[in-house]
Amino acid sequence: MADSKLIEGKVWKYGDDINTDVIFPGKYTYTVTDPAEMATHALEDLDPDFAGKVQAGDVIVAGKNFGCGSSREQAAFCLTANRVGAVVAASFSRIFFRNAINAGLPTIELPQVIDQIEAGESLAIDLGRGVLTCGAGEFSFPALPPEVIGIVEAGGLVAYTRRRLGTDTAT
Amino acid sequence: MGKTFSEKALGRNVGRDVVAGEIVQARPDVCLTHDNSAAISATFRKLGIDRVKHPERLVIILDHCVPAAGTKYAQNHKTIREFVAEQGIEHFYDLNIGICHQVLPEQGHAVPGSLIVGSDSHTCTYGAFGAFSTGIGRSEAAVTWATGEIWLKVPETMRIEVKGELGEYVNAKDIALKLIGDRGADGGLYKALEFTGPIIEVLSISSRMVLCNLAVEFGAKNGYTPADEKVREWAEARVPQGRRREIEYLVSDPDAAYAETVTLDMTGVGPQVACPHTVDNVQPVEAVAGRPVDQVFLGTCTNGRIEDFELALQLLRGRQVAAGCRLLIGPASREIYREMAERGLLVELIDAGAVVINPGCGPCLGAHQGILADGEVCLSTMNRNFKGRMGNPNGEIYLASPAVAAATALKGVITDPRAL
Repeated sequence: MADSKLIEGKVWKYGDDINTDVIFPGKYTYTVTDPAEMATHALEDLDPDFAGKVQAGDVIVAGKNFGCGSSREQAAFCLTANRVGAVVAASFSRIFFRNAINAGLPTIELPQVIDQIEAGESLAIDLGRGVLTCGAGEFSFPALPPEVIGIVEAGGLVAYTRRRLGTDTAT
Repeated sequence: MGKTFSEKALGRNVGRDVVAGEIVQARPDVCLTHDNSAAISATFRKLGIDRVKHPERLVIILDHCVPAAGTKYAQNHKTIREFVAEQGIEHFYDLNIGICHQVLPEQGHAVPGSLIVGSDSHTCTYGAFGAFSTGIGRSEAAVTWATGEIWLKVPETMRIEVKGELGEYVNAKDIALKLIGDRGADGGLYKALEFTGPIIEVLSISSRMVLCNLAVEFGAKNGYTPADEKVREWAEARVPQGRRREIEYLVSDPDAAYAETVTLDMTGVGPQVACPHTVDNVQPVEAVAGRPVDQVFLGTCTNGRIEDFELALQLLRGRQVAAGCRLLIGPASREIYREMAERGLLVELIDAGAVVINPGCGPCLGAHQGILADGEVCLSTMNRNFKGRMGNPNGEIYLASPAVAAATALKGVITDPRAL
């Protein structure tokens, strides 16, 4: 997924201020660390259907302040564990935005488009060109700051840092 | 053009002038982690590095689930203790010292003018000590351990001028809830939040911590109250000799560029309550008075200090908690707990019917202690009331000040302290 610039999937649509307690509950933060198990709890207190039905490449579309609340990075990692392709929102909470970068999860801020995207519709995102295509049309979005784009493209902070430090022995 | 506190603090850290909007490669003076240090050490090991780069810059505090509530938590703590020993981490505080956001400044690590990052969203608390402090995620804490560096965007600043007068039983918690209720949970998104004005100047350090603690619930990156005489007094008593030369009392220039200035007039504003299930769902206490409450939790990094328990005891002293209502008292640190014991405050609270728990995050996290049954209601002095926060998505949480909490515990329903 780190090398693919094209994301295609179904829309999971939510509202404003989706907080990290409903994305990944606090009671699991010290006891659930395996990515496969984390995936089963994603959005548990918001949408019990999500974890069981989400497909690789699906996109979460939400309102403002997505990911507010606790700094737990599991909120981003439980989504990548479910192979969510990207999160599109009107705005992102600051720490979630950082955690998404660190998880290699693309975040796209498009406040003017959110209302035009429907739950369940098919959506395509071309990260390289910076274009989102949905039923309502084609929309451009700004690239991430150059200082952090490399982290997402590397697949997350650990992979990025290993390369930087020269400790990356992956073939 | 002058500079804001945040521009000055980050500029000082990177050794050059910076302006809001720039991304800098900063070198945190302190990196705070807590019970999540085991998970962070696992990520650290994946980086292929053997040793933490600057072990003296790490502060590790066990507080989120102490004492261990099950074998997984116990193993988690064991892993942390082993890592601390292996790496020679000097500033390690085990389960008997208290909540991280209280312990860090008590132990002298909140140096005015310094840059502090922490893998906890309420790391913003130390703006009350004139430090630039902000929350980060676990993975980047691991990379900070390995490299000593982290990218940070210099935030624009939103200034909040607090005017008017604080009425009877109205305090810093109400200032914060009023602001968040009026402007929304994203009212300060990505901004540095700076509180100024005559009301702020007379607030104690304890009250300023309340404001800065809640900055993240407003969407802000960090909080700040003036690095003035009160901060100087704190620093001179607490910062150890070895770090004294690092102290700098940074204040925003009068001609600094602010993204926005908001005036908050507290005249006539009464006690506020955040209703289920968001911090910005704020109502005046009169609007929700009378709602039955099963549990009151008075403590946490937000309001678990001596000032808070003294305020609560003004109402609780010599009286009894209502039948059917559970009152949990959570001193934020061993130091506070000890003072409460020495001064007889613990006996007074116990005699009123309270359960006093050990200093730790406890009920706030929903991992152990004070979990709610289906349909139960808790009124708490903590900083977050999201659905499921206290361990059960079928419970309801209200947030308020220690005065409202104490009054509520006495009556078993949400109560305006001014009405008692």
